[in-house]
Amino acid sequence: MHEYSITESLLALALEKANEAKAGKITRINLVVGELSGVVGECVQFYFDFLAKDTIASGAELAFETKPTTVRCHKCNNVFTPENGNWACPECRETGIEIVSGRECYMESIEVE
Amino acid sequence: MTVKVIKVGEDILGANEEKARANKSRLDSHGVLTVDVMSSPGAGKTSLIMSTIKHIKDKARISVIEGDVASSVDADKINEMGIPVVQINTAGGCHLDANMVENALNGLPLENTDLLLIENVGNLICPNAFILGEDKRVMISSLPEGDDKPYKYPAMFADSDVVLLNKIDLQPHLDFNVEGFKKTVTGMNPDVIIFSVSCKTSEGMEAWFDWLESAVKGKKNR
Repeated sequence: MHEYSITESLLALALEKANEAKAGKITRINLVVGELSGVVGECVQFYFDFLAKDTIASGAELAFETKPTTVRCHKCNNVFTPENGNWACPECRETGIEIVSGRECYMESIEVE
Repeated sequence: MTVKVIKVGEDILGANEEKARANKSRLDSHGVLTVDVMSSPGAGKTSLIMSTIKHIKDKARISVIEGDVASSVDADKINEMGIPVVQINTAGGCHLDANMVENALNGLPLENTDLLLIENVGNLICPNAFILGEDKRVMISSLPEGDDKPYKYPAMFADSDVVLLNKIDLQPHLDFNVEGFKKTVTGMNPDVIIFSVSCKTSEGMEAWFDWLESAVKGKKNR
């Protein structure tokens, strides 16, 4: 359900940027979404098609670039992607990590006519 | 028509973050320590808030924002305790956002509040992605949920200042590895403070109250 509010926010942002550029139509919105952001692309597109009706973004395609989760081991600095819920470092077996990527949720660019 | 690419490079939730910063300055100006309480449904958010009120209402002036998908049962309980409370019904929405909190703040006596407790919607997936203007994020994880929750919802655990491991009185009945859980959470979030508590028996609650009271004082003396 949080996709609905994310979709409202992204539509508002895209329309604002298109207006600033005096564009007549938005054809594509390029988004970068991390695995940890919990954003489901199909779900956002579904809400978008509904919310963007009667705006210059109507019919725009949403393109999602998904960023995998990567974490850095506090002990040996190894950067890895946790697999099967295993957050221990595959190199040194330590469990202390920090999240490097996977939280992204931003608009890279919009394509307009 | 030629297609033109406009570089944006902005966070999609930027508008929420801007509003959250405004809430934060408003709360800061009144010296209100603001705590966002997050957990899955049934982990003990309302119980924690109620026992916290009972214990520290003579030491700090408390206000509460209750976020729920529907109903006002939690807010009614808090209202009966004589505490200013605003209910936010998200009408199906799975988290609170800064805009909802801004509206709720208008209904609270901020000039007479030392501590604002915000009960977020019960959910482990996204409340952490929406900042509200809080000083501290407190997450409750309870024993019946199982000790694997940090692996399934890592961002929630990584973003919390405090994790309260609630329903610790059930430990004899459950296969929950408390030490393993603490190690996992600390592994993801080295600065986190973990308290093992039971809102039902009050076991371990003193440590949480002490932490909270000292955070309230710290905010007042800022």
